[in-house]
Amino acid sequence: MKSSNNKKHLLTGNEAAAEAAILAGCRHYYGYPITPQNELINHMSIRMPQVGGTFLQAESEIAAIYMAYGGAAAGARVMTSSSGPGISLMQEGISYLAGSELPCVIVNVQRGGPGLGDISPSQADYFQAVKGGGHGDYHNIVLAPASAQEIADLVYDAFDLADRYRNPVMILGDAQLGQMMEPVEFRKTPRTHQTVKRWALTGAEGRARNIVKSFYPVKGELETFNIRLQRKYRAVEQEEVRYEEVNTQGAEIILVAYGTCARICKEAIRRASGTGLQIGLLRPITLWPFPKEPLRRLAKKARAFCVVEMSAGQMVEDVRLAVLDRCPVHFYGRMGGGVPSSREILKKVLNILAPEGTLELEIPEIPTELGKGLYFSTIP
Amino acid sequence: MTEKIILIGYGGQGMMLFGRLLARATMLDGKQVTFFPSYGTEVRGGAACYHLIVSTEEIYSPVVEEADTIIAMNQPSYLKLKNYLKPSSLLFLNSSLVKEVESLNEITTYRIPATEIANELGNVVASNMVMMGAYNTIKNLVPLPLFLECLQSSLRGRKAPLLEVNTLALLRGEEYVKKTYLKGERIFKTSAV
Repeated sequence: MKSSNNKKHLLTGNEAAAEAAILAGCRHYYGYPITPQNELINHMSIRMPQVGGTFLQAESEIAAIYMAYGGAAAGARVMTSSSGPGISLMQEGISYLAGSELPCVIVNVQRGGPGLGDISPSQADYFQAVKGGGHGDYHNIVLAPASAQEIADLVYDAFDLADRYRNPVMILGDAQLGQMMEPVEFRKTPRTHQTVKRWALTGAEGRARNIVKSFYPVKGELETFNIRLQRKYRAVEQEEVRYEEVNTQGAEIILVAYGTCARICKEAIRRASGTGLQIGLLRPITLWPFPKEPLRRLAKKARAFCVVEMSAGQMVEDVRLAVLDRCPVHFYGRMGGGVPSSREILKKVLNILAPEGTLELEIPEIPTELGKGLYFSTIP
Repeated sequence: MTEKIILIGYGGQGMMLFGRLLARATMLDGKQVTFFPSYGTEVRGGAACYHLIVSTEEIYSPVVEEADTIIAMNQPSYLKLKNYLKPSSLLFLNSSLVKEVESLNEITTYRIPATEIANELGNVVASNMVMMGAYNTIKNLVPLPLFLECLQSSLRGRKAPLLEVNTLALLRGEEYVKKTYLKGERIFKTSAV
């Protein structure tokens, strides 16, 4: 027991993401500081020179994403990271990455928005991450970790997925996951399938030249390319859906939540144990591709779903699309740095189960206690 | 076993270090732990609040809703801590800086003049370790030698000279709480110093 504990490190989620990237073979990081992901860029600035990699603090997020584009085109494992406002600036570049079929890992440690917002936890960038965000028909593969350990594990996988599908992969965290410290154990042998990238721009000596581009001006070419892209996305949807189910067997109400909210839902389930309330949880680990099938399966038995998010209701739309009208889908959300408490979630569940059922309180009252440094005071 | 702790104080009173050391020591002791610091606007003099959960089981929510223990270092934090109280909470107040405005009858409260004790030792920044000494004597969350090991590894190089005053502060906190609240019923032997 003791020996295994020695391998554990107490790290913030941000640091776990950075270290895992290095272990996964990433040697090129480009970024620009923004709270709450600064521990990531800080860790990279220390570690990259130690492992002979490149750390570059770009002049802006726009520059950072195109530096990542350049590195990816040359065949390197590249990473960039930011939070809401910076990720918004990167959207054009992310569309270009998808259009040029370049692998890249992008970490978004979500903060409250819109605009400059604040620096506390949020999940309001879901639409942007999952529905494209930039222009054109494309998808990011979006992974949603719920602990520092899972951040590390998913960062390994993110590089593999990016390489396998030649597609940008986004790790969608939030301020709480980024800032919180937890024990992390790094996998000894990350699945680094660093395949030879025959398409990469490595100098064309002795071979035909490679072209990396997202521009198809000849009529019809672009549609052909888009059809190919969509085939790739269907393959991703077939192969890569991941989720976790907790207590769903015989559950009356199924909570659906990802990241930080999923952990608070688990707390609510633990709190309710022994009360006779049958509550389950489906936690999507991939937000795109979205676990539609498991939701449809659960919709046959559950009385209702309740989606819990730190947003005004974004993932709830995908849940509704998945289950259509087979099962009612309720929503509970907090916004602008508000984090739901397990008590609030249970109150909502009771509300749904109450025979009146009409006490639909979709947006909570404005919390009275939102003092500085006490973002998480509970609502009585 | 689950212990949910809220640490509140001014930025600069060392609650971050306190929490990080406690988290690290409990991790090395084989327990699950989450430590969620507040960040950003919490500069020196600002209010800083930290959520620390230690458990033998998997920790779900890292957010403390009802605390088993609250350690409050100053007046503004004392005024805010009511959000986290439940009847069985233990409250550790830095009585040097907290003037209680109302009595919290049901709550077991330990009043430790941490700032005064640290000042006597010659370094006011060690008040956090006075609180740690007092807290751990009551709750026995981590073996003290393990905590000291973590303290030592975080106070290296330039900061090495601070080890002595911090270790002394820990012991003075322990001594104070024993003398004042335990009346010699339980005397823990420490291997330190």
